[in-house]
Amino acid sequence: MSTRQFGAPVQRREDPRLVTGNGRYLDDLGHTAYECAFLRSPHAHARIVDIDIADAFEVDGVVAIYLHEDLPGAVGEPLPLLIPHPALIAPRTGYCLAKDEVNHVGEAVVMVVARDRYVAEDAVARIQVEWSPLPAVVGLERAREAAHLVHEEAAGNISAHLLQSVGDVDAALASAPHRLTLDLSIERSACMPMEGKGVYARWDAQDEKLRIYSSTQTSTGVRAAVAAKLGLPLAKVECIAPDIGGGFGAKIMHPWPEEVLIPWAARLLGHDVKWTEDRREHFISSSHERGQLQQVEVGFDDEGRILALDVKFWHDNGSYTPYGIIVPIITSTQLLGPYKPRSYRVEFWSMYTNTVLVTPYRGAGRPQGCFAMERTMDAIAAQLGIDRAEVRSRNFILPQEMPYDHGLMFQDGRPLKYDSGDFPASLAKLKALVGWDDFAAYREQAAAEGRRVGLGIGCYVEGTGVGPYEGGHIQVETNGRVNVATGLTTQGQGHQTILAQIVADELGVPLDDVHVTTGDTRRMAYAVGTFASRGAVMSGNAVALAARVVRAKALRIAAEALEVSADDLDIADGIISVKGAPDTRIALSTVAVLSNPLRYAFDESAKAATQFAGTFDPDKPPIADDEEPGLEGQDFYSPTQATFANGMHAAIVETDPVTAEITILRYCVIHDCGMMVNPMIVEGQVHGGVAQGVGGALYERMFYDESGQLMNASFMDFLIPYASEVPHVETDHLETPSPLNPLGIKGAGEAGTIPVTAVIASAIEDAEGFPIRSMPINPSELWALRREHSQASATKESAP
Amino acid sequence: MTEETYAIAVTVNGVVYHRSVPGRRLLSDFLRHDLELTGTHVGCEHGVCGACTVLVDGEPMRSCLMFAVSAPGHEITTVEGLGNTPEAMNPVQQAFIECHGLQCGFCTPGFLTTITAYLRDHPDPTSAEAREAISGNLCRCTGYQNIVKAVLRAAEIAREAPAAASTSGGASA
Amino acid sequence: MKPGPFVYHRPLSVQEALSVLTDVGHEGKILAGGQSLIPILNMRLASPSHLVDINRVPGLDEVTVSSEAVRVGALVRHRQLERDTGAYAANPLLRQALHCVAHPAIRNRGTTVGSIAHADAAGEMPSVAVLTEAVMEIRGPSGVREVAADDFFEGALETCLDHDEILEAVRFGRFPEGTGTAFLESARRHGDYALAGVAAAVTVTDGTIVSARASFVSVTEVPTRLDLTEAVAGQEPGAVDWSVIDDLVQEHISPEADIHATADYRRVLAGELTRRALAQAVTR
Repeated sequence: MSTRQFGAPVQRREDPRLVTGNGRYLDDLGHTAYECAFLRSPHAHARIVDIDIADAFEVDGVVAIYLHEDLPGAVGEPLPLLIPHPALIAPRTGYCLAKDEVNHVGEAVVMVVARDRYVAEDAVARIQVEWSPLPAVVGLERAREAAHLVHEEAAGNISAHLLQSVGDVDAALASAPHRLTLDLSIERSACMPMEGKGVYARWDAQDEKLRIYSSTQTSTGVRAAVAAKLGLPLAKVECIAPDIGGGFGAKIMHPWPEEVLIPWAARLLGHDVKWTEDRREHFISSSHERGQLQQVEVGFDDEGRILALDVKFWHDNGSYTPYGIIVPIITSTQLLGPYKPRSYRVEFWSMYTNTVLVTPYRGAGRPQGCFAMERTMDAIAAQLGIDRAEVRSRNFILPQEMPYDHGLMFQDGRPLKYDSGDFPASLAKLKALVGWDDFAAYREQAAAEGRRVGLGIGCYVEGTGVGPYEGGHIQVETNGRVNVATGLTTQGQGHQTILAQIVADELGVPLDDVHVTTGDTRRMAYAVGTFASRGAVMSGNAVALAARVVRAKALRIAAEALEVSADDLDIADGIISVKGAPDTRIALSTVAVLSNPLRYAFDESAKAATQFAGTFDPDKPPIADDEEPGLEGQDFYSPTQATFANGMHAAIVETDPVTAEITILRYCVIHDCGMMVNPMIVEGQVHGGVAQGVGGALYERMFYDESGQLMNASFMDFLIPYASEVPHVETDHLETPSPLNPLGIKGAGEAGTIPVTAVIASAIEDAEGFPIRSMPINPSELWALRREHSQASATKESAP
Repeated sequence: MTEETYAIAVTVNGVVYHRSVPGRRLLSDFLRHDLELTGTHVGCEHGVCGACTVLVDGEPMRSCLMFAVSAPGHEITTVEGLGNTPEAMNPVQQAFIECHGLQCGFCTPGFLTTITAYLRDHPDPTSAEAREAISGNLCRCTGYQNIVKAVLRAAEIAREAPAAASTSGGASA
Repeated sequence: MKPGPFVYHRPLSVQEALSVLTDVGHEGKILAGGQSLIPILNMRLASPSHLVDINRVPGLDEVTVSSEAVRVGALVRHRQLERDTGAYAANPLLRQALHCVAHPAIRNRGTTVGSIAHADAAGEMPSVAVLTEAVMEIRGPSGVREVAADDFFEGALETCLDHDEILEAVRFGRFPEGTGTAFLESARRHGDYALAGVAAAVTVTDGTIVSARASFVSVTEVPTRLDLTEAVAGQEPGAVDWSVIDDLVQEHISPEADIHATADYRRVLAGELTRRALAQAVTR
């Protein structure tokens, strides 16, 4: 009997390749390709008066130099608006190469193709551009003032305005026994995968076929976009996502200008062309996220139950809106977390600024929403003098209230309806793990030693596994090898392992026989992409369904061969046998042979399927009317709505009484993503998410000056935490199965990141005794806040 | 004007390579694109991330902060030199698999070279020492926790099979 | 992020290096460890036409300990000096400070003398040079001249080195018997340039303090030595209230704001680090 793979901490199938230097990332391909560099705008907002490339052409090794005016047809038209929305009143997208005007530092203006990247950069350095600078709009305050506009047609710098509400918020606020308002802000950060973007294109002139390799989170999306831009039949374009050095959201945005330009140039030049983004480019010409200003007004009763929650926020969408308003929509809906305010109104404005565009970054608007909600919870607790965990608990949606419909529309255009979750159980686990009730004693003991410590908490709910669909294709070869393909891409989530685990169980084959391909349009042309913690939910269920198709087919063929009913058969370890009579058996590999009636034997095993090999019913065709040759099958999983995972985090921090340095002493996570396919991988996702969250809470921010220059566009000054800055994470899990999908799973990819900023703010607030309303925070800022508050209290004390 | 090149002979993973390169060719690009040893990755090209770390005479160094023309006379070891097949992995490579010490795998080669050298000099680190040892390399996926675990596990594997451990990691200091 | 083109020179002697430097004038740049230089070249913040790689020059990679000094040659890697037991015994401050220089992989390649010649006020080793009253051995076309550390640093990234000169070695001074040292810094991340840092040396004779000095990282324009002896001389090391030096420190430093911290915060940090470093130094 084979052991069940689902739920086992199976070692990753992809690792032996990756630890021995045999990974194939984008820049590991195409050593003979021409390479590209771009002249990127040094101005945040300017008109292009003149471009002189004569001197650049003199550089030995330069192949071609392109400006916007060189781009034909659709290549020269604006990039697509990927996700239109009625509330997006003034959408704007950029061009592959800037046309007349630039709207952020880093926008591509001139493309150089050369022998290698060194030479391409030499040429870029020699291009002369005459600029006419325009006033730059940097930061949400300037955007709201609208003294200057980013785009003339976006009045007030507003790209989108959306209001959703449930219940009579005004009346509930007016009658609430207690009211509080909070002004909050959260700054920009970015995904910062260790591998930047990259595109490598090969044009086969004889086949008139284009192959694109891109470090993307959606190969089907890139394929479709490039085919449309270049006017090529879809059948003549293939896109492959090779090994990808992390994505975290930035690579779901597509097509990036380079994803259009590199294939275009490869076709035009009849030569392989490659572009590998360098770190500075990634800072100034990929995407950022998180920047928001928020205003919360809350009305609550004596018990701390929220009667009315009124939220307004302003979301910095940067210079363009190709990805629509997904991020602020998520903030506005997922803000609610595990809670059920009696009435809720949320209104947001998405604002243009002359900065790098904003697209989802792991968490995708949820960290900001969680921050607003959890800061509010702490404020209510402080106001009423109630324990912070208790206030949360009193506002929880209870398990018996599931499914719970908030009455709002979620990011997929479908109802925000929680499918499952047990929040009281999660909270109880968290309190036990962190020692919530013992903390007061610990704080006292620390204080006696002259140390200052604080405990923080944060809860979230995450809609995962949004549609529209993913597919799975499974083929069993005659040697028993099982080839699985799904279209979404992999950036380190272990899909080759978890999908193999699922298929091994469903099909009854050894794990080692299962081989998974992701993100290759040659193998699966219908797919959406990897985002919104959807890999396991979508492709996991899709390959499970596909495996069931293949299993049924295998049993039909075996039943005929063994002359038994298919219902009496079982598959284990790649052998189909009769239940209760295990000696009556046939190997799945043999069934694969039989599934494909042959005229020509190509090897020993194939002989069994040839026309003179055995007995058959002369009245039946070799392939039954409703069958197809081959032991293979395909199916798609398309859910009616997202499935909602949840989690609760707590942290203990210490702040230095003099230097205000902040140290995380403990970090505890309770995580519920439904049934876990591979708990080892889920833990890894949580650890990594928390580390990214810690970066966002204490270290990372995009520091723009007033003119729109990004002042810290390097790893020296954009402070991704090293191991020395990341705490050990203590985890415990709850498995509340999702009723929405066959495997009962929910997404886990983004979870770890979501509440960290809220949790750290809560803990610092607890240590310091004054509210933390703006994140991230560094020691210098904490020290300044201390001084403000001590001066304010001194003033108060000295007042008569 | 054609850029001047310099004939160099560089020893990488025990093999001497003869090439002609411009003075400015970074060692990282030389390894990756001239020798096609693409296991070494490039994450920042300013010496902060550590993805490009290779061993130079057994000591970890950033290959993005060295020129190929400076490499002759040194023994360079890349991740391929630690073990280039699943059958020939060194203890650190094995431990990374066992402990789920990698996700996307991009930063991993830099960690593997760094840790291999570290364990040669510190065969029995504590958890805190292991964490400090990896604190010069950035990883965006794992949160480092399982890498710390892998350092400790690699030390254990090396102790269990000391012969296997001593074959990897380039020349000793 | 690829460096611009340059002519590469690989002299095999100091004389040859000097003659190349003389020939190329201000277009030349010396490459030793390159751990500060190459990032700048990769980002094309500098594009010298000639790079003079001195890594093949023999005799520059030695650490020599004498009764007065620890002499460190131009090609001694940070890591080599950090591990040198003789140097540690002669002046423990060297190892204490070197441990704070970036990360081991950088220290394996970067040179101590190179970091002093680079003269970044955020660098650790220039500060150690001034505290130890180091002597710079500068070789030029007309021979060797010796310059005191106090006179060597002229501004941010500026020294008295001429374009045709090489900082051949640095002789870090040794402290008198009874001296304890400490090096403390605070960086946003371990291994980053410090927001503030301090090197401290306190000498105790017959149970009382006879000398106390400090130098700073990232909070003075050029590294300079602050003599705190007057404030604490004659006191018992275990009973000193180190806050007596606060005003002297605050007068001495002139931190500036950057994206990581305000000037005021750096002041507080430098003050606290100095107190802690002095307190630590007297226990050693």
